[in-house]
Amino acid sequence: MDNLFILIFIPVVGALVLALTGKSASAKTLALLFPLLSLAYSLSFLFHFVPDASMQFEQQVPWISSLGIQFHVGIDGISLPLVLLTNVLVPLIILASYGRKYKGDFYALVLFMQAGLLLVFTALDAFVFYVGWEAALIPIYFICALWGGENRIRVTIKFFIYTFFGSLLMLIAIIYLHLQVPGHSYELRSFYQLALDAPTQGWIFWAFFIAFAIKIPIFPFHTWQPDTYTEAPSAGTMLLAGIMLKMGLYGLIRWLIPIAPLGVAAYGQLAIILAVIGLVYASIIAFKQQHIKRVVAYSSIAHVGLMAAGIFAWNVQGLQGAVIQMVNHGISVVGLFFVLDIIAQRLGTHDIKLTGGLAKPAPKLAAVFLIIVMGAIGLPLTNGFVGEFLLLVGIYNYGLWYAVFAGLTLILGAVYMLRLYQKTMLGETPEQNARFKDIAGTEVLVLGIIVLLVVGIGVYPKPLLHLSEAAVSQLINQVSLK
Amino acid sequence: MSAIITLSLLAVLLLYLGLFKAKKALLPVSLLGLLAAIVLYSIQWDTDAEPLYSGMVLFDHFAVAFSILSLFITGLVFLLSRDYFDSISEHVAEYYALIIFSLTGALLVVSFHNLAMLFIGIEIMSVALYILVGIRKRDFSSNEAALKYFLMGAFSTGFLLFGITLIYGATGSFDLTEIKNYLIANPHSISPLFYSGILLLIIGLSFKVGAAPFHFWTPDVYEGAPILITTFMSTVVKTAAFAGFLRLFLTCFVPLQDFWAPVLLVITVLTLFIGNISALAQQSFKRMLAYSSISHAGYMLFGILSIGAASAGAIFVYSAAYSIASVVAFAVLILVKRSRGSEHFEAFNGLAAKNPYLAFTLSVAMLSLAGIPLTAGFVGKFMMFSGVLANYHIVLLLLAVLNAAMGIYYYFRVIVAMYFRPADREEVTVNANYKAVLFIGALLTIAIGIFPSLLAGWL
Repeated sequence: MDNLFILIFIPVVGALVLALTGKSASAKTLALLFPLLSLAYSLSFLFHFVPDASMQFEQQVPWISSLGIQFHVGIDGISLPLVLLTNVLVPLIILASYGRKYKGDFYALVLFMQAGLLLVFTALDAFVFYVGWEAALIPIYFICALWGGENRIRVTIKFFIYTFFGSLLMLIAIIYLHLQVPGHSYELRSFYQLALDAPTQGWIFWAFFIAFAIKIPIFPFHTWQPDTYTEAPSAGTMLLAGIMLKMGLYGLIRWLIPIAPLGVAAYGQLAIILAVIGLVYASIIAFKQQHIKRVVAYSSIAHVGLMAAGIFAWNVQGLQGAVIQMVNHGISVVGLFFVLDIIAQRLGTHDIKLTGGLAKPAPKLAAVFLIIVMGAIGLPLTNGFVGEFLLLVGIYNYGLWYAVFAGLTLILGAVYMLRLYQKTMLGETPEQNARFKDIAGTEVLVLGIIVLLVVGIGVYPKPLLHLSEAAVSQLINQVSLK
Repeated sequence: MSAIITLSLLAVLLLYLGLFKAKKALLPVSLLGLLAAIVLYSIQWDTDAEPLYSGMVLFDHFAVAFSILSLFITGLVFLLSRDYFDSISEHVAEYYALIIFSLTGALLVVSFHNLAMLFIGIEIMSVALYILVGIRKRDFSSNEAALKYFLMGAFSTGFLLFGITLIYGATGSFDLTEIKNYLIANPHSISPLFYSGILLLIIGLSFKVGAAPFHFWTPDVYEGAPILITTFMSTVVKTAAFAGFLRLFLTCFVPLQDFWAPVLLVITVLTLFIGNISALAQQSFKRMLAYSSISHAGYMLFGILSIGAASAGAIFVYSAAYSIASVVAFAVLILVKRSRGSEHFEAFNGLAAKNPYLAFTLSVAMLSLAGIPLTAGFVGKFMMFSGVLANYHIVLLLLAVLNAAMGIYYYFRVIVAMYFRPADREEVTVNANYKAVLFIGALLTIAIGIFPSLLAGWL
């Protein structure tokens, strides 16, 4: 019944159908139908998932036999939350873009990207992983470059070349590992069993790390991110920040660390230091931004820095915190970008100085925005709290001083997020903002669901934690870095 | 062999058709001839191949696969020729005939088993091309291209011939098996003539495939020649030259790898960087494609550098992917040039809004040339990279990665122009043949990208 191939190919079929419907009016309905179908189908995986450490729903067919490539996919406790996240967020993002005049081609690209993302999160064969990795990149490039802002052409090509360069390095590492495997396969499991010497694992570490660090992005590989987030259309930003950057974090957990533990032992500390530097640095920059989207863009660098640090700390708390925080960050950041999009679209500006006092004309928007901001800051009883708490415990177990600096995110995060909230929502209502329309229709629906998720996971995170618990502890036991 | 005879007769028949003003029959007859040749080759696939005609030619799997590829690509070029040749010259029949002659040479180059045959094949292939490049008699750049091509071609043939002579001097034979046996029999007392011969052969063949530093003729010739001839040269001729190059080295010179690999390594690195960096600076799409073909020659040299059992398959897939994508790219260029009169990137501005089909197929071709997964180009690059890594040239691969990233920039320029730069323009009219070729090209590119086994398992 639970056929992973079908789950992955629903969006592909959807994309083809939408590409053919072109300009017809039914595109919007169809564009929602396919992701809802995916979502419903992925719930079946959730119900039949046994929360232990095993790999489940595994499926495998030969793909390129002459090169030893298998189309091998499966889900375990670490990938399931991300698969669910993808399938929850894509319909929300599509719904959030209903206010724009997008045609079938736009939605086709979104769905194509969804397929790529699902492939990345379920791949158990390195070649399949790589293909999914790139298949997610192409559509988002077109989404950003076709419907983006003024500087989109320059910014998106930079983004593309940057990430493509990183992934080619990863490709070299993958081919190299493949050649080391007796019998030459691309199986994840056979990569795990390779016991390569330390220098080799060292360069394998860097090849993977650069690819993932660009995607996540970890300081100093982040330079593409603020520009791309700013120039991308709102839906593109949500896809990038909400789901795509999780590819990199997931890659760290699934591929980099278990494959090159000696490399991590040698350079992991450096990676944590970079992550923490990036986190503090981005938080400070976020505070100075005048462009509302840039505030959230930099905040995103800070948040993923914390997650990356938690992953490299490589203990149960840090890793579990990272898994749950990937989900939470995805939900919150999509909510934030959607609120900012609503504001920017109605005011016609992204300038923080021209906003302000919107709470009075739009109380509903102000309320949901507040809850989402709380979630992003990580206040207790919101989703962000659980994840950040676990992450900090994990980093603390690695080293006190890392935790001290990483803990700054909580404070700095509160500062810049509340500044954003205050500058946009509170204060005097300027005359031109007085007739600001409150949210209605699909906007209420999307933000309502997001708020429900923010509060729901915040109050009762146990089921989500339970999903990944066994898989995380087993992975930690299996791959010891000490 | 029957296929080659068929093609030679076909070319003569085409000339007669031209004589009797049967212009309408030229295209169908040529296509039928190509089809017949493909069928004749396909029949030969399963037989245990033995060298024929006193060891002159050998139709093994390698030869048959590359021959069918060349025939197929030539077929695509012919489909594009409707309305094209008539518009640039009145001697339409000569076009078809000369292309078929050149193709016959190419088929000999991919199936030679004797150095004399290699030389004859390359000459048959080239002499017809000298004429084709200069066929626009009154066009200045076409004449320049023809002269350049002829001089450079003659020059490189000289090197080639000299190399063959020296090898003969050392071994006393032109036959590939004999040469291989000579190496096996005298592993420690190989004549210096032989080494010099290999070097000269590398130079001669590098000229033919357009590898740096022997690439100088390529951009000017590609730019000066009629677009369709450029298409033929950069796909069929290049593929054949590479197949010949590989065949020679794979059959004979593997034991001496330590000697020639460093030389080829330098050529490869130079080719990659010169091709890519020059392509970055181009304003003309056609010239960009010329430089990109140089950089692709660099990637294809990987296959020879990492010579082994997997090389033939890798070069086959790579050249198929590259040829198909190039045909699509040149086809769109012909159409755009016809409507806008320019070959520059700006001529493509706003194409996606008026001709979504053209823009989509060209994008697929560009993605394939750039080596993005799910296209044929990626499979080719992937196989090349695997081969190089198996020989532990990690540094070379890092350089290749750098170049692949550079490639994105210039391949995406045309995508950017088509999709993201709006412009007022007329819809480009596309006739059925072009539609068919673009469809076949895009479909094959994606199909091979998704199911590489279609091509990868054959060699």
